[in-house]
Amino acid sequence: MLRIKYYLEERINKRKVKKTFMSTIGKEDQGKSMASSTEAITAMGTKSAEIKEQYEKFIGRKILFILFSLILIFIIAGIAVTLGAYSLTVTEVYSKIFHGLFQSEVHSIILHDTFPSIFNKPDVAQEVWVIWEIRLPRILMGILAGIGLAIAGTMMQGILRNPLASPFTLGVSSGAGFGAALAIILSAGFVAGEYLVVGNAFFFALIPTFIILGLTRYKRATPETMILAGIALFYIFSGLMALLMYFSEAEPAVEAYFWMIGSLGRASWDNLLPASIMLVGCVIPLMWKSWDVNVMGAGDERAKSLGVNVERTRIFIMIIASLLTAGIICFTGCIGFIGLVTYLLGGPLFFYLLARKRKEYW
Amino acid sequence: MVKLKVKEVEFSYASVLVLKDICLELAASEMLGVVGPNGAGKSTLLRCIDRILSPQKGCISLDGQDIKKMSRMELAKKVGYIPQSSSQIFPATVFDTVLMGRRPHLSWKSSEEDTEMVLETLRTLNIEDLAMRDINELSGGQQQKVFIACALTQEPDVLLLDEPTSNLDIRHQLEVMDIIKNVVREKNISAIMAIHDLNLGSRYADRILMMNGGKIFAAGTPSSVLTPENIKHVYGVESEVEEKRGKPYIVPIRPVSPKGGGNGGVSYEV
Repeated sequence: MLRIKYYLEERINKRKVKKTFMSTIGKEDQGKSMASSTEAITAMGTKSAEIKEQYEKFIGRKILFILFSLILIFIIAGIAVTLGAYSLTVTEVYSKIFHGLFQSEVHSIILHDTFPSIFNKPDVAQEVWVIWEIRLPRILMGILAGIGLAIAGTMMQGILRNPLASPFTLGVSSGAGFGAALAIILSAGFVAGEYLVVGNAFFFALIPTFIILGLTRYKRATPETMILAGIALFYIFSGLMALLMYFSEAEPAVEAYFWMIGSLGRASWDNLLPASIMLVGCVIPLMWKSWDVNVMGAGDERAKSLGVNVERTRIFIMIIASLLTAGIICFTGCIGFIGLVTYLLGGPLFFYLLARKRKEYW
Repeated sequence: MVKLKVKEVEFSYASVLVLKDICLELAASEMLGVVGPNGAGKSTLLRCIDRILSPQKGCISLDGQDIKKMSRMELAKKVGYIPQSSSQIFPATVFDTVLMGRRPHLSWKSSEEDTEMVLETLRTLNIEDLAMRDINELSGGQQQKVFIACALTQEPDVLLLDEPTSNLDIRHQLEVMDIIKNVVREKNISAIMAIHDLNLGSRYADRILMMNGGKIFAAGTPSSVLTPENIKHVYGVESEVEEKRGKPYIVPIRPVSPKGGGNGGVSYEV
């Protein structure tokens, strides 16, 4: 009697599994999985092989999605270049970009941008100038920002085991906003000269993270306390910024406000370089820790028993992810709105490695 | 042969003493059940053995090596710990959850061998059908099996289980305990489990350790430890103990005021 019941239970379970698969894989596998369920009863080995195949398919789907997104980024970038005051066609854009890769004038645009004192401004056709000097850097910055913010966000979510965690809710962006406002309105800050706003935004973006980490030294660093502290800091810095803007002249206040909204308009080859260095420099250690972050998703105690130094990893990831965010938003401003879109574009790249097990993202 | 040795371990949270003068030895392929009322220090003891908590005094050694001197990774290769059912787990497939158990043995990427091992463990525990389901969709009993699978792919010498059967129906309780019993025997693993159900403990454990107020109250075979006197003293419960199928079977009757005033120490939820 019991055996029959158990058998039935198994059947029901099997059907459930099948159902979830069918909805994702589609109809073509219907016949296959039916056939394989009968095999499974007779031979155990085939079942393992079947699971393995399903798992490989599961991973394969993710890789496919990433490739698809990459192609989509390429297409959207091409279309984006055509948009604007100077009209260009899509084919023109792609051919200009492709040919530009091998043209010395185009190289000198980049060099002039990066080292204006050494290289002179080159004399190039207007459309080449529009594409290579104005639009392409913005698009590349958009992609970089998307990649960076997406990685930082996913990592923070992973270590804090909370989908609410992001550079924004942890106060990183409002810290940067306050730093920028300080520079724009009062011309005060850590760095002087040309990089006042950028430098200030960068350093102030890191302040909330260090305050949060400082708090965790005195109180046990549970994910909840860290997020609550982040939200408190978010409000404190937003409040301070509002105060600054309230007392400032109209013009810098507007400028600071626009900085807060964020823009890719300031992107150029010379700030693409440090942004991409930041990105590569931060993504490598984050990738290296991706296993640990995945393990931490199953709970602190479990992660500890699997050999992960939970507290240290959490602090390490917090610092690197904040550096990454700071390194991007100091050039783009608090790019909340665009960041939301680019999350979707850039995100999948790392989801494979980092969150490849998070079914609900797919 | 002594696998694990705990000597004069003392642990306190802030100023509250939770473990005091704990000594125990565990042989290879032995299953030790730890019983005692809430707050007796059962979970704390397990956490100390896996160095999730560090005892202030005493020494815990594994194969003669002090665990304080081992790196976390080294320890993870030898000790598997299954905490009480966790409340919040980030969504992941069962397969990936079990694969996590390979973490201490991996540098960065999982190999074909790891995949094979996961498949084999899933087969041993008879949960192959769940492989691609999300861990959060499963019932408590199924989740517990998945976490046991995760701990087994870790290939530990010592398995620590904190209330492996809490929240499980009787069928899953028996299945989970049978699985543990079998792996202990077949893979030559030693296991320590904290358990509330005295009858399950008596049935499956080779030895029982009865704790009260952070101290060891009694230790030995189930029939020598699970006596009406001990149960009355530790739990403050009057009971009858009968012998069923060669093991003591406890029938609790009514709570009484414990002998010797209070349950002998701090009662903190740990």
